[in-house]
Amino acid sequence: MAEKKHMGAKAKSRLSNTIIYIILVVMTIVWLIPFIFLVLESFRLETTHQVGYVIPKQWGFDNYIKLFTKTDFPIWFGNTFIIGLVVAIVQTIIVLSMSYTLSRLRFKGRKAMMNVMLVLGFFPGFLSMILLYKVLSWVGLTGSNSVPGLILVYVASSGMGYYVSKGFFDTISRSLDEAARIDGATRFQIFTKIIMPLSKPIVIYTILTAFMAPWGDFMFAKYIAHAASDGMNVAVGLQNMIGTQASLAANYTMFCAGGVIVAIPITILFMSLQKYYVEGVTGGAVKG
Amino acid sequence: MSIKTNHVNLFEDISDLDYLGLTKFQSLLYNIIHFFKAIPSWLINLFKQIGKIIAKFFNSIVSDIKDIGTTFVHGDFKTKISYFVMGFGSIARGQIFRGILFFLFEVIFIVYMVTTGGYWLSKYPTLGTVSSGRQYDAKLDTYVTVPGDDSFKCLFYGTITIIFIICFVYTWRTNIKQNKINEELIKNGHSLKHAKDDAKSLLDEEFHKTLLALPITGILLFTVFPILFMVLVAFTNYDGAHDGYSNLFTWVGLTNFNELFNINTGNSQLSLAFGEILSWTLIWAFFATFTNYFLGMFVAIMINKKGIKLKKFWRGVLVLTSAVPQFISLLYISKMFAANGLVNGMMLRLGIIKDLSQVIRFWETPTLARITVIVINIWIGIPYLMLITTGILMNIPEDLYESAKIDGANAVQQFFKITLPYMLFVTGPYLLTSFIGNINNFNVIYLLSTGGPINPKLLSSAGAAGDTDLLITWLFKITMGAESKYYLASVIGIMIFVVVSILSLIVYNVIPSTRNEEDYQ
Repeated sequence: MAEKKHMGAKAKSRLSNTIIYIILVVMTIVWLIPFIFLVLESFRLETTHQVGYVIPKQWGFDNYIKLFTKTDFPIWFGNTFIIGLVVAIVQTIIVLSMSYTLSRLRFKGRKAMMNVMLVLGFFPGFLSMILLYKVLSWVGLTGSNSVPGLILVYVASSGMGYYVSKGFFDTISRSLDEAARIDGATRFQIFTKIIMPLSKPIVIYTILTAFMAPWGDFMFAKYIAHAASDGMNVAVGLQNMIGTQASLAANYTMFCAGGVIVAIPITILFMSLQKYYVEGVTGGAVKG
Repeated sequence: MSIKTNHVNLFEDISDLDYLGLTKFQSLLYNIIHFFKAIPSWLINLFKQIGKIIAKFFNSIVSDIKDIGTTFVHGDFKTKISYFVMGFGSIARGQIFRGILFFLFEVIFIVYMVTTGGYWLSKYPTLGTVSSGRQYDAKLDTYVTVPGDDSFKCLFYGTITIIFIICFVYTWRTNIKQNKINEELIKNGHSLKHAKDDAKSLLDEEFHKTLLALPITGILLFTVFPILFMVLVAFTNYDGAHDGYSNLFTWVGLTNFNELFNINTGNSQLSLAFGEILSWTLIWAFFATFTNYFLGMFVAIMINKKGIKLKKFWRGVLVLTSAVPQFISLLYISKMFAANGLVNGMMLRLGIIKDLSQVIRFWETPTLARITVIVINIWIGIPYLMLITTGILMNIPEDLYESAKIDGANAVQQFFKITLPYMLFVTGPYLLTSFIGNINNFNVIYLLSTGGPINPKLLSSAGAAGDTDLLITWLFKITMGAESKYYLASVIGIMIFVVVSILSLIVYNVIPSTRNEEDYQ
């Protein structure tokens, strides 16, 4: 007790900093370990099933070669890439026009519209898939043709995800609009010439999140593609690859290779645009 | 401990002075008691509000009908003809483009109703009477399939027809209003707007219509209509066996809801399974939300602390892990924790477990599986929460901490007196969103444990379910399963809606609204 009392403020903060460093180092290890293991296991040649160790006894690229030549992985990757690209463009247009309108234009029924969308969001989105699947299958956009069907499903309801970008537009001063109105600008001109140039961060954030979402979607993609391998996205395809005990034993290391291939481009893209993502995420949480 | 202390009854309203005299525990108790005491009056208010909205709706219909009558009586012949030939008034007064649109809409409506709409409407009450079957064809000397009704199409097109009729009535009403307005404008010597002016105003006064056209169409077609349709399905017996084509399905009223709540059915399996899965869903959402929230905040505070170096590095590592698409980490970690996975393999090597008989079965033991999904979800969630909270923590005015230090507050006191209240104040709505998100957190559960381990107690007419199944994964399994009980999926979807609505109502009413969208502008 006596010793503790005499411990100076400096020593005390040194102690607490040391503890924090220890925690942070442990955390870093815990958070990185799965990915290091994933990469290591993807190079293992001696077995295809799960083993109790990580460092391969035989190294090689065979899993990657097999992945690209023996499975539909290139198709899954291409599907997901196309979906991501189209969704990123169209969804950004939809989300931005929605959030801009709700944030900066005042018209009859605005509040009511926002409330209706809030309540609609209480329904699990998956519920509508039962009908959408049927209708999409009438027009032939399921199974092997899932890509356009999925794009339609992702994009069509994206207007409801306006919250984050609306929060951003809410922070731009209204006096800008008013000054422009006095100078005779129409609302269309204010949108394109004044607000949009100021909104680079939120535009990039919206594009980034829109592009990344299809890479992680499992539920909708699985439902629309069902068992058609050439209509799957990477998530469904890779899950399918290790879906049963037998396929898990046969494909486990190949699955690891697939995970690495998907993770690398997405992670690079994400890290290079990280700044905008952080801005969007923080702003979104504060303003709802 | 007695609730009646200090001569104050906590069940009654007390004055501010008495309230200040309570101990911390008592004031907390007081707040909780009064929260629950307020529920009845709050519910009454809610119903009053709903009643008011309904009354307002009917009032406006009555006044609309009156207005339709008076417009007809006082209107000129152009207006009168417009009652039967939509758009006539507009064309006669020079608004040709607008008038043609009105007229075209009427023509399309009449043609549709005569050719197909009437047919689907007549099928709507029964959802079809003749199922397709095989019949002997004498000419071909074989059995051929005779197409019958398709219940799914009856429901689908019937609903569309009803919506179309509502749209028509609304447009007809708009057409009459238009005539009235135009008549008045002309009487007062104003000129009418033409198509060119209309087009121009779409980029200015009416710019919101231009911007909203595409998003709202998408939402109406891909969200509103499907939800409406699925709500209707909850009142039918549509499933894999009654697919509507080879076997018709039909309206069954509240039967499905009765089954779920075990009313007059004598079979409680489904309601037991529902209760069990619902309570686990809420437990899961609670832990998933708050463990992430507090641990994420804790990590952010640690990294933010003065004197900690390499801040960018620590943050960067966490962000990096959240950049990898979630399904990869989820699937990989799920396999890591398998009975023959890496975690058990490592423990065997390190001698923590002696042999294969001692392997820890993370995914096969009910309670352990539940704990494991929550713990792995912490791993998933901390980077994200760290990012969110870092930004907000930096916004807390530094001088608050300075003056607290001068008053002799230690780090723990500073956290509970300054940081936490500020965070809760700012992120209150986010907590609600994230709670709802976790109720519907399909990916984490399905990719980690696929809802397992299968629990025989949860076996019901909806099929098998597991101990970590959430309502949303259960719903998914029901639709994907062999029996495809779509009607049950709809009922459960509606139940998720009810649960989420109730939670949101409570939270919105308890947490005072902290944000105003025009605060910043």
